[in-house]
Amino acid sequence: MPLIHDLYHSQSKKNRFAAQRSIKKIASLTIGAVAYTLSLTAASAQEPVRLGFMDPLSGTFASVGTSGLKALEFAADYFYNSRGGILGGRMIEIVPLDNKQSPTETQLQFRRAVSEELRIIFQGNSSAVANTLNQTIAKHNRRNAGQEVLQINYAAVDPILTNEECSFWHFRFDAHAIMKLDVLTDFIAMNDELNSIYIIGQDYSFGQVVADNTIRLLGEKRPDIEIVGNEFHPIGQVKDFTPYVTKIASSGADAVVTGNFGADMVSLARSIIDSGLTVPIYTFYAAYDGITATLGADGKDRIRLIHTDRANPLASDERREFYRAFKAKNPDSDITQSRLVNALMMVVQAMEQTQSTDPYDIAVKLEDMRFTSIAGDELWMRGEDHQLFQPLYISKHTDEGIEFDADNSGFGLFTEYEVSTEDTLTDHSCRMRRPRR
Amino acid sequence: MAEVFVFATLNGLVTGLLLFMLASGLTLIFSMMGVLNFAHASFYMLGAYFAYTLSTYIGFWGGLLIAPLIVGGIGAAIERYGLRRVHQSGHVAELVFTFGLAFLIEEAVQFFWGRDTKNYQSPELFDFALFSLFGQEFSAYRGFMIAIACLIFAALYFILTRSRVGIIIQASISHPQTVANLGHNVPLIFMCVFGVGTALAGVAGVIAGPVLTTFPGMATVLGSIVFVVVVIGGLGSLPGALIASLLVGLLQSYAIAADVGVPELLNQFGVSFDSSHPLDDLWTLNLPQVAPVLPYLLLVLVLIFKPTGLMGNREE
Repeated sequence: MPLIHDLYHSQSKKNRFAAQRSIKKIASLTIGAVAYTLSLTAASAQEPVRLGFMDPLSGTFASVGTSGLKALEFAADYFYNSRGGILGGRMIEIVPLDNKQSPTETQLQFRRAVSEELRIIFQGNSSAVANTLNQTIAKHNRRNAGQEVLQINYAAVDPILTNEECSFWHFRFDAHAIMKLDVLTDFIAMNDELNSIYIIGQDYSFGQVVADNTIRLLGEKRPDIEIVGNEFHPIGQVKDFTPYVTKIASSGADAVVTGNFGADMVSLARSIIDSGLTVPIYTFYAAYDGITATLGADGKDRIRLIHTDRANPLASDERREFYRAFKAKNPDSDITQSRLVNALMMVVQAMEQTQSTDPYDIAVKLEDMRFTSIAGDELWMRGEDHQLFQPLYISKHTDEGIEFDADNSGFGLFTEYEVSTEDTLTDHSCRMRRPRR
Repeated sequence: MAEVFVFATLNGLVTGLLLFMLASGLTLIFSMMGVLNFAHASFYMLGAYFAYTLSTYIGFWGGLLIAPLIVGGIGAAIERYGLRRVHQSGHVAELVFTFGLAFLIEEAVQFFWGRDTKNYQSPELFDFALFSLFGQEFSAYRGFMIAIACLIFAALYFILTRSRVGIIIQASISHPQTVANLGHNVPLIFMCVFGVGTALAGVAGVIAGPVLTTFPGMATVLGSIVFVVVVIGGLGSLPGALIASLLVGLLQSYAIAADVGVPELLNQFGVSFDSSHPLDDLWTLNLPQVAPVLPYLLLVLVLIFKPTGLMGNREE
């Protein structure tokens, strides 16, 4: 190093000082570089694959978010981390991001996710939040090429997410509301005893979609069924549903259809039961997280829900073992959303096939992926709109034939009606803008 | 239509009286200590959770007796060791203290009981319909709620206006110095009033838990509306709290029951708008949709036209 040599031998005191400083600087740079290289080699073997989980972990709807987090963490450990990890030994780490189910908080948490370099975000609760996240991610990805973020939507069912507002960076692993309503209205239409329906829901995008499409689809399938009520209530704000139930009772409805979830669902069902009404209730989310236990014997054979997970009797032993292992570790919880497991497994499969954790590579691989879930269901991720197709089920709340109950209550879901993957295919209006690479 | 009216009235009464149980304690505490207890609804939630846990061991009635005592005890301890110290730093510090307390209690509840809805059921004794009208049932438990609330109002009113304790409490509201000079322990009175106030919230939680479901968000759902009730009724006035509670309860209940809105109003004048109109949301607005906003509207109106509240006589 002639430069250092010259500097070191220069006579002036000032120069000598400068020389010493330079040497120190170079030395520290070298040490830094060596340390960095070392840490990189160590990291590539050790550094976990970090997945963000953004859902309400506090506030009114916290129970839904926390049960999802528990299930995702357990599935990552059970299927991958305990079997040596993925991509040649990397562990999966789930990073919780509490968005309190608020679109504003979602923006903040998204910034946090970006600063922590989380590139894949699982999110499910509330379509309002999913829409916000979808737009935020689209904007972020346009402006930050090479640092894209992928949205894995496991539960937000507003149809626009895979239609008008579809995005290359968004994948939905749940069936959207119209797909579910198509099956649910088929089921309602088969019941000749029903002549009138009362629709009640939370006043936001999903609640509106449920109301509009129930009216439209029933109008096509059973024009003789009268819609005797179409009510919206503020989401998460109603203390007592009895005033609404009074209206339901006086309307003379034969059945109630609702898209309510969380505390709004259980309060509504309890009020209906307490008022002595015996009408059946058709729902999307009336199970688990304390809801099944609270409804108990009063709700038996009256509450039905449309969902993507085959309930009792379970079809595969693999899923039985998974459930038992989860129960052994979390005696007070249940696997409430199997599609979260499906989403994780398909994302991991995409990672393994591309040997990459880059959102673009994963997204390309997920398109048109076919996958057999642990329940034995055939899944297909349509490439055109990023909507997953899977069998849909209608189950009832009962204590008969229940192998795996919910909330340790003895009550659970028994599947009555099933629609195969092919029969759930629907048209879409998505014109996706694909990023160029 | 008559059936809807009758049941809307009954529902409004139940909601109103439940609100009163919370508002009575809140207004009592305010009139004594001049502090708005933001954590008041949290004590209501604590009541429900304690009663739920107790009910799994000693049944509903044991829970009804013991849970409010525990909540009252916690309330008194918080006054004695927390609020009293903070009081020296002024009202703003007290407000912030109770505000923080509300969050603390909510987190604590989630920590100890989890985030799930709790399976807290009303006693089997009340599993029958009190009466059936127009094919609709009014459950006995709701009748029981009304009875308890009326009992509490009667007892509070009697104690405050007829008993010696009530006289001392009333005196320490208006003239704390004089009462202290007469040899009464005013801080002790404050502590007891805070304890009783929170215990009342606890009672409300115990009996509301089974019908309104016991979950960690139950304090938030009820919290803001209780303040509305207290302000409308007049801060510090017990009869005012009762009137305002019933008013808010009935107002919401009737608004939900009434299926009228802007479309009907416009039809009266022969006006109609098609659905592509930019203000479509406004033209299709109906009363049930705005029902949750009505108490706040009432609050604003009361504050404009009678700032002291309906029965309030505080001079600021």
